[in-house]
Amino acid sequence: MSSTTETFEDRHREHDAVPATPPPGLPADPAASSDAAADSQSQLSEEMERIQRGYEASGEREHGPRLDYAPYRSSVLRHPTKDPHHVDPELIELSSPAFGHRDVGDLESDLTIQSGGEPIGERIKVRGRILDSAGRPVRGQLVEVWQANAAGRYIHKRDQHPAPIDPNFTGVGRCLTGQDGSYEFTTIKPGPYPWKNHRNAWRPAHIHFSLFGTDFTQRLITQMYFPGDPLFSLDPIYRSIVDDQARRRLVAEYDHEVSEHEWLLGYRWDIVLGGSNRTWTEPEEDER
Amino acid sequence: MSREPQQTPVSRGRPVADPPADLTPTPGQTIGPFYGYALPYEGGERLVDRADPRAVRLHGTVYDGAGDPVPDCLLEIWQPDEHGRVPREPGSLLRDGYTFTGFGRAPADRAGHYDFTTLEPGATAPGRAPYLLLTVFARGLLDRLFTRIYLPEDAVALAADPVLSGLPEQRRSTLVAEREPSGALRFDVRLQGEDETVFLTYPGQSSYGFGR
Repeated sequence: MSSTTETFEDRHREHDAVPATPPPGLPADPAASSDAAADSQSQLSEEMERIQRGYEASGEREHGPRLDYAPYRSSVLRHPTKDPHHVDPELIELSSPAFGHRDVGDLESDLTIQSGGEPIGERIKVRGRILDSAGRPVRGQLVEVWQANAAGRYIHKRDQHPAPIDPNFTGVGRCLTGQDGSYEFTTIKPGPYPWKNHRNAWRPAHIHFSLFGTDFTQRLITQMYFPGDPLFSLDPIYRSIVDDQARRRLVAEYDHEVSEHEWLLGYRWDIVLGGSNRTWTEPEEDER
Repeated sequence: MSREPQQTPVSRGRPVADPPADLTPTPGQTIGPFYGYALPYEGGERLVDRADPRAVRLHGTVYDGAGDPVPDCLLEIWQPDEHGRVPREPGSLLRDGYTFTGFGRAPADRAGHYDFTTLEPGATAPGRAPYLLLTVFARGLLDRLFTRIYLPEDAVALAADPVLSGLPEQRRSTLVAEREPSGALRFDVRLQGEDETVFLTYPGQSSYGFGR
């Protein structure tokens, strides 16, 4: 982002990468230890299949990811073990921060024009709507995305994947939704990349999305995937959503209506933010 | 407290003309390891200037189930101002230094420690215990976690709080910040373990907040 200083970026680029070797003074992350990394894909796949069969035999329906999903090794020590406490939302929980044109520039939704030159890769557009579970549009709200470049490399000091950095691509974008809840990003199709969960582990190509609703309790960070990716069945992050129909909600559709003549290919992905808890008792005279 | 009409964002009564057939909530996924150049921003953790006479430091450490700090996590707060008013003003991403927007975002540092400079939240209704909302994202955490950070002082309001009073004593204390001698508020987050922080789920999420 243009508003950040070098010092700031330096500070935040360093600490959040996969600690293949832990920073000095910090304990080893078991998820990234050599033992964990020694697991083969077939061992991982077997674990995932076992969990999958258990889910299917349970007869229950789950819509979200399991937080306790051991095949994703980093989750082992980072998932809560006690039941969440059910709460009736109060005023502040029924509200959300407001973002405006002071916060987000119009050009920030085009990730292909942020540097002097054209980034390398397949130019795409991703378009969709942010709705609540009643189908109401989330208007004027912030959407943030980040992703790897076409070669599967993040601009990140500690992304050690030996794939080229694209000097014309940061992979970061933002926009505000329109009156119909719509958003749109022009970008480069990200590449898959290896990670250290197990041996020969590869993430399916994805774009990270960060979303706000009208209620703070609708806050969501997720990942959008591309149709037909051969890595889906091998990936413990995707498969942490054990319900097949539910995880397919993260896969965009190719949409020829979004594609542009001699310019780019289009994808469509609508996002539904879990029920707004607001009761609409106020007059709707300002409804547009 | 009466609710003022909101300017933005809104999702007013009517659905879009052509809603998708499937309105099941979109699942979350982990923030992953590489958000650091995308989500944190200059001033994200500074909701007010440190020199503001009302400024308070809110800080703590995020721990995993082994008691080790979690360096690769991101925290967000959302809160009313000191009068209990819910902010409506944009400008959280590019602060003007004068407007309190109520939203802050801070990545933990290498030692799993986070730091906000903010206002003490006021009660949103008379007699209620004041609190801030906290959302936690981390590599290794497959969906966000919600919790509340209560101010420690008003014992009567804390005892009457419907959320706290529904919890066993030992669990309740995980939601209450500690006041340090400097005046700072200390709030550690424990993702897992004996003294695990109480995380919250809301209607419509059923137990969705935890994935099920």
